[in-house]
Amino acid sequence: MSLFDKFQPIIDVRTELQSLGIMPFGAVTEKILSSTEGIVNGHRVILAGTNNYLGLTFDPECIAAAKTAIEEQGTGTTGSRMANGTFAEHVLLEQELAAFFNRRHAIVFTTGYAATSGMCATLAGPGDMIVLDADSHASIYDGVRLSGADIVRFRHNDVADLEKRLRRLGERLSNTLIIVEGIYSMLGDRAPLREIAELKRRYGGMLLVDEAHSMGMLGAHGRGVAEEDGVEDDVDFIVGTFSKSLGAIGGYCVSNHPELDAVRFATRSYIFTASPSPSVIASTRAALRLLQQRPQLRKQLWENAHRLYDGLQTLGFQISPQVSPVVAVTIKDRGQSIQWWNRLLESGIYVNLVMPPASPGNYSLLRCSMSAAHTPEQIDRILTAFAALRDSATTG
Amino acid sequence: MPDYNEFITRIYRILQPFLKPGQTLNEDSELVAELGLTSLQVMMMIEQIEDDFDITVPLNILPDIRTIGDLAVQLEKLLP
Repeated sequence: MSLFDKFQPIIDVRTELQSLGIMPFGAVTEKILSSTEGIVNGHRVILAGTNNYLGLTFDPECIAAAKTAIEEQGTGTTGSRMANGTFAEHVLLEQELAAFFNRRHAIVFTTGYAATSGMCATLAGPGDMIVLDADSHASIYDGVRLSGADIVRFRHNDVADLEKRLRRLGERLSNTLIIVEGIYSMLGDRAPLREIAELKRRYGGMLLVDEAHSMGMLGAHGRGVAEEDGVEDDVDFIVGTFSKSLGAIGGYCVSNHPELDAVRFATRSYIFTASPSPSVIASTRAALRLLQQRPQLRKQLWENAHRLYDGLQTLGFQISPQVSPVVAVTIKDRGQSIQWWNRLLESGIYVNLVMPPASPGNYSLLRCSMSAAHTPEQIDRILTAFAALRDSATTG
Repeated sequence: MPDYNEFITRIYRILQPFLKPGQTLNEDSELVAELGLTSLQVMMMIEQIEDDFDITVPLNILPDIRTIGDLAVQLEKLLP
């Protein structure tokens, strides 16, 4: 019996992949050529698995802002937000996020993981209740586990199932936190937030929505599913990340509850880590401005999403239930998913390979994510590569 | 109000879809080590138990459960 015994399943998978000469997990991007192209594991590829939804990672304004910040403020803050790590720009970004989301309060975190796990771990505590969607992200599961609250899952996106579980809570509803995501990261399907908000109004409790994959892509102002569904007043807390539509790294929580500022000083993932570097804050502020100034990015992103989704559907693949910038192809055979991921790479397309338990259910996913920066020609090349996979399967 | 024995009987029934051919159940059957349930299947089983008994079963009880008997004991504790 060794400490390492529990890692044997991981070692086995890695050994299998190494024997095949395929390295899907931790693939190395040797050179990044643009927001949509790079050289990965030796192959020049279209990047179709990056979450770079608005394509802002190479925007000249974001780069210039980051360069100026690094020259004027240095490479890092070397301290926690609680100590020496709160610079004026962290405070400005919080004010700008609050204004963007039309909320009174905001907290900036060092990563999206820290924001989500930290808020989930802190808002509810021992004696409180958390009801979360079964397909929630690992940052949510990790957070709620740390909270000490009683945890109950409801079946993914199943409003009737959520209602059943809320009804059973009775008096405990007053100190219950409901947690859902706006768009779910693996399949790209959207929470039925209008119905969930209605349940919250009827039963009570508070509602936290993770808009990591929906900020910048939904709603008249790009605020996410809560705005799109017209239920922002029912959402008590929105958490999210700077590492997707804003093209940097970091996270946030916004709320109208004045207590958020007290929560800030009780959240360990905020206190016990260094604050985001000045260059990250500067490029994030620029990207947040651009997100608001360029609604055409959102329009382009959805056009691209439809082009890929419709194309994969026409090719006959089993894909996500709803059109979204995340389009996942379900592959039932694990070995085939590995081989196909590799063949896509060899033919110049990088997507994410997702295998259980990271994927919902028992199947693997070839997860594609679209960017506003993808051209129609690039999307057609992605579809051509998938068509070749389909044809090879048909001909055996 | 269900007692320990009723919980055991109904857990046997709820577990049927998760069993592999030839597997049999008793109170000492270990859910993960013996029956081979994944963590996801354990959580799905808990959801099924909640619906079957119309009760709330927090996932927090899972660290205390290895066997079917352990599960029945924990469920009994949840009753008012």
